[in-house]
Amino acid sequence: MTATPLVALVGNPNAGKTSLFNALTGARQKVGNYPGVTVERKIGRWTAGDGFTVDLIDLPGTYSLDPRSPDEAVTRNVVMGKQAGERRPDVILAVVDATNLDNHLRFILQLKALGLPLVVALNMIDLAERDALVIDTARLEERLGVPVIPTVAVRKRGLAEIAATVSQLLADRHSPEPLLTSAADEADEAAHDPAAVRELQREAREIAAYATLSEGQARRWSHALDGLTLHPVLGPILLALILFVMFQAVFAWAEAPMAMIDGMVVFLQNQVAAVLPGGWLRSLLVDGVLAGVGAVVVFLPQIIILFFFILLLEQSGYMVRAAFLMDRIMARVGLTGRGFIPLLSSFACAVPGIMATRTIEDPKDRLTTILIAPLMTCSARLPVYAVIIAAFIPDRSVGFGIGLQGLTLFALYLSGIVGALVAAFVLRRTVTKGVSHGFLMEMPKYQLPRLRDLLLGLWQRAWIFLRRAGTIILASTMVLWLLLSFPKPPADADRPALDYSVAGQIAHGLAVVLKPIGFNEEISLALIPAMAAREVAVSALGTVYSLQGNEDAVSQSLVDRLRGAWPLPTALAFLAWFVFAPQCISTLAITRRETNSWRWPAFMLAYLFALAYVAAGVTFWSATALGL
Amino acid sequence: MNINKPSGANEPAVRADQLPRRKPAKITAVDWQILDAAARQRLQEFGVDEGVAIELMHSGPMGGDPLALRIGRMVVAVRRAQAAAIRVKVNEAS
Repeated sequence: MTATPLVALVGNPNAGKTSLFNALTGARQKVGNYPGVTVERKIGRWTAGDGFTVDLIDLPGTYSLDPRSPDEAVTRNVVMGKQAGERRPDVILAVVDATNLDNHLRFILQLKALGLPLVVALNMIDLAERDALVIDTARLEERLGVPVIPTVAVRKRGLAEIAATVSQLLADRHSPEPLLTSAADEADEAAHDPAAVRELQREAREIAAYATLSEGQARRWSHALDGLTLHPVLGPILLALILFVMFQAVFAWAEAPMAMIDGMVVFLQNQVAAVLPGGWLRSLLVDGVLAGVGAVVVFLPQIIILFFFILLLEQSGYMVRAAFLMDRIMARVGLTGRGFIPLLSSFACAVPGIMATRTIEDPKDRLTTILIAPLMTCSARLPVYAVIIAAFIPDRSVGFGIGLQGLTLFALYLSGIVGALVAAFVLRRTVTKGVSHGFLMEMPKYQLPRLRDLLLGLWQRAWIFLRRAGTIILASTMVLWLLLSFPKPPADADRPALDYSVAGQIAHGLAVVLKPIGFNEEISLALIPAMAAREVAVSALGTVYSLQGNEDAVSQSLVDRLRGAWPLPTALAFLAWFVFAPQCISTLAITRRETNSWRWPAFMLAYLFALAYVAAGVTFWSATALGL
Repeated sequence: MNINKPSGANEPAVRADQLPRRKPAKITAVDWQILDAAARQRLQEFGVDEGVAIELMHSGPMGGDPLALRIGRMVVAVRRAQAAAIRVKVNEAS
């Protein structure tokens, strides 16, 4: 065999697996997906001295080989050599948390039964030492019958020893072993047998007790911190405070870089316009590609900042505490605290939020969370809200230093959240009906987040986002450009060119449906390109009102133009529409991928449009009745 | 401090959802059959078993649900409904 050996990194969640992966592979990682399932596949090149080079694959954390979620199923399938698109690993590198031995050892015993060469990294040994917990590695090795190496992944302790041991195992292996498959099948069977699992658990506890020379003081720091973060009164206040700071930062810090990206897009548009002669190619590049992709890429700073906070909260261990605090509220509408984390991500963008639902084990719980994720006010709605609020909501104080404009924005966010809770409540009793499986989650000890892990995580998110902008979004903006540009108006056209296009004709039809809720024909037309991404509605309105000049001038004068063109009830209805409307092809595409069917994105589209229509209608009618 | 159910031979065991806060206890029995398969498996994976140390660390902010239970060396979030399957006995000495 000439292929680079494959080493699988496995372990319980919270054992420090990702830190070890980052420490071993550095930045040489590739993030992809397994074919057919939506589980992230992370692989990296691990090199050490003496020409030691292997491929290291970071498998999703799991407690056992009896999977409860798609992530866990991948781990099981890979170590058993049953995962499509993945070779069977040559060696398993299992990470255990030294401070949680009795629990993590059971999984080691299960892995050992697979018959593959196995190395155990006894991780976070420094934390064990701090707790005065003394573990005898030799005794562990004696009872487990596999090499055990103490490590501190975050400080790169023990890494050379792991490389040496793995390299030894690779040299010793005699390939291929026919016995392995039956061993895997047996191990698989045992993993599904509750009695066998409990037996294994007892054995693990017994081994842990034998190897633990001194019990020490368990997690004093974590318990003390929990006293504050989980306090019945202070805990929720702290959570609200953290969320407040987070959202402030997302909007305040992102302003400058967003303006820069915007400037760059305009600069590129001008460059292209200067170089290319007028014609369809220039229009495609300037109005289609650059305007469309630019409109999405401009949100990169906000997404990076939001993910910075989310990764920080996740790596520190706080996120589970937030889920704990939120579980009760989520339970009222039939969800669990676990759903809080993806929903929080959805405030940046529903796409990563929906991807984050993979950690929810219960399929109906997960589906409900996916369906309500688009109701969280994502950053793409902000430009729309900003323009309409600036045009129609007077900039005055309502007392206590609270501005009416800010209050309106807050009300829009709140409507989304309340709408999501109501939607979840209804969905859980109808479409996604089923028993709730409760809320069971390990609460890991607190840890200082590591800059390296944080930056690598951020880089991966940013890359996924940009890749999407370069593929799905690029393609959809080009299609929209086609719809908006063709057919060309006749020579004696007396109406804007848009009116003659395919999109314009669709808008005529739409206007009939949208008229009762106060939308005029210009709005109908703007809603079509806004299907690609919500914020496109703003630039589309600008185009429809045939304005010219650079982007800043567009939104400046657009505010004035709208003020003259729309009655207030129409503006309010437009805002209400955007709270609910599923105007984002990317969200629908990711829903299709995550649910593996067209049924759920179709349902999402239908129910959100229905909600948007009713909400806009009610707003328009009541505002009109009130004489606004 | 007075614990509502002092230990005794015929005393019905206290359930984990009735545990007083920060009183170390031991699991005496688990009613596995009242749990659904998913909850049963997870609790087993968290190390819930007869004879294992258990302690109520915190309870949720609204209505005291869910619970943060220490099981062995690990803290897990569990809703009261599932915790009710775990029978416990508070340690005498604490």
